Amino acid sequence: MQFFQFTEEQDMLRKAVREFVEAEVASKAKEWDENDVCPVELWPMMGELGLCGVFVPEEYGGAGLGHTERAIVLEEISRHSAGLGIALMTHHLGTAAILYYGTEEQKKKYLPDLCSGKKVGGLSVTEPSGGSDFMGQKSTGELKDGSWVLNGRKCFITNSHIADVDVWTVITGQDEKGRPVMTAFIIDGDAEGHAPGRKEHKLGLRGSVTGDVVCNNVKVAPSQMLQKEGAGAKIAMTTIQEVGRAGMSAICVGILRGCVEEAVKFSSERILYGKPLNKIQAIQMMIAENRVEYEAAKLLTYRATGMKDAGLPCATEFAIAKYYSTEASVRCAKRTMDSMGGYGIVNEYPVGRFLRDGLASIPSGGTSQVQLLITAGATISGK
Amino acid sequence: MGLSIAVCLKPVPDPAHYDKIKIDPVKKTVVREGIPTILNPCDKHALEAALQLRGPEGTVTVISMAPPNAEETLREALAMGADAAVLLTDRAFAGADTWATSYTLAAGLKKAGHFDVIFTGTESADGATTQVPAQLAEWLGWPHLWNAVAIEQTGETQLKVKTKAESEWSDYQVSLPCLLAMSRESNKPRLTSLMGVMKAKKKPLTVWCRPDLDVDDAALGMQGSPTQPGAIFEPEMGRKGTLLGGDADEIAVQLIGKLRSAGIAIETGDVCAPGGGGI
Repeated sequence: MQFFQFTEEQDMLRKAVREFVEAEVASKAKEWDENDVCPVELWPMMGELGLCGVFVPEEYGGAGLGHTERAIVLEEISRHSAGLGIALMTHHLGTAAILYYGTEEQKKKYLPDLCSGKKVGGLSVTEPSGGSDFMGQKSTGELKDGSWVLNGRKCFITNSHIADVDVWTVITGQDEKGRPVMTAFIIDGDAEGHAPGRKEHKLGLRGSVTGDVVCNNVKVAPSQMLQKEGAGAKIAMTTIQEVGRAGMSAICVGILRGCVEEAVKFSSERILYGKPLNKIQAIQMMIAENRVEYEAAKLLTYRATGMKDAGLPCATEFAIAKYYSTEASVRCAKRTMDSMGGYGIVNEYPVGRFLRDGLASIPSGGTSQVQLLITAGATISGK
Repeated sequence: MGLSIAVCLKPVPDPAHYDKIKIDPVKKTVVREGIPTILNPCDKHALEAALQLRGPEGTVTVISMAPPNAEETLREALAMGADAAVLLTDRAFAGADTWATSYTLAAGLKKAGHFDVIFTGTESADGATTQVPAQLAEWLGWPHLWNAVAIEQTGETQLKVKTKAESEWSDYQVSLPCLLAMSRESNKPRLTSLMGVMKAKKKPLTVWCRPDLDVDDAALGMQGSPTQPGAIFEPEMGRKGTLLGGDADEIAVQLIGKLRSAGIAIETGDVCAPGGGGI
């Protein structure tokens, strides 16, 4: 067994992303959180740097790298802004659905603009009837006069108000056993009848836009369908399982690193009883627990991304990583606040934001209970 | 024909870790172990200037005299967009002052080929002598300008260069080849793309040691350095404390007297109640 180590290129890549984050993200993250605005203006720059299409082959305008590199990108951004992290993560979801399930024509049409940051991507699956009740979706697609007509309302959709390319799942009929047939379509954001609806006022992950997206008699050509009728469930599930949960895990690894670094910084600078706080063993225990949880989340996340890059089944590994990383980010943020005393609740420090972002990360891509159900199922069946 | 450009780079201790830097009291050199290195911030402006001036057919070669682990720094420069890198590394080069450093760099540049322009930063973040650019140009016998803030190519072998000295600017027409030390104000260095990182590993990085260069051993490293550090000491940062005696009122009177005698104006007014509003 080899010990866990990033390659030299991955270390360089991390350094390059960190430079971007320190220059363009770190000092603005607080403002994005306070004003709850998504910095869409950063997309062209992120595109130029290869962050928008990190795992997309170069022939479609991407950086030609893998999901480990994508996780590094999301971790580095989320170290300072988990809000921007989830916005980019969701852009990757729409991009991945087209990359992995699109025709050559669809890839050539959409991927170059998504990779360059000219357009923002999104994936709309969750409905008011629930996200985990996956097949209970109510949105419909009907074939009329050679076009598919889509109707429905999606909710809790990240990038709802900024996506230029939106991948939707709708029910297009029933199979011979009466089960719903789910189909996925690519919708241009400016298509007639496609519009954002209510914008959620969130606890955390502010700096990303989350809300409803409505389709009201949106006409799309059959060429906008991803794969074939009935493939929508597989497309949505694998994208959420292996790209969405991967992204949420990496985002929370970034929050966890933030907790470790902020706890060290504060405890080194704060003088109590005539000495730095970090000389007190009770505080040292907190820093150590933060470090342990950060390292564990990192190992789980990057093991899963390594499996994804190797083409191995990894849905369970991502469920485990997502469950652990999101829950650990909340524990670490709370612990870091505790270690800071009264300063922990002052918004001048980012730790309160880390706590809110960690909490908001738990339901994104499936609650912790959903991740545990997946893990239990795989464990009991011997997978 | 594009320009053939060289850029001198130096890996320096990361300023974010300056609090961990120690000085070896015997060798009188910076102890770098455990301190991450970064590309000297000024040198990034030199590299950016080179990449902007290069043109579609030109080349940019980065060169450094540094320990073997400087390959990482040179790869970063390749990722930013340089075409080739040369590392001059040998124990014989260690301990060099600016004179021996510029001598070794000049030898490396002569071996590396013909260059139209050599860019440097104005200074390094660690030594900050500002001497290497001028010394290097003298070894090469080239014209040089320091603290250049703007460059424009006005002919095949001519550059128009604006330099800044304190609050004054000067415009020069410079014939190539020349050496320019770039100001931090000259440009905003580009960020490195992921595609640049991946391309960097395929670009040539040449390592030359002492035997590869046509140099005089007596002019290399510590033995070739005419300047040596004198006494090195750490400033005394301890605070002097004075214990005041008496009850609270007496101590307050003494304290105000001491502050006033130290030249600090004290206004007498309402006395605040003790205690604070902690939560």
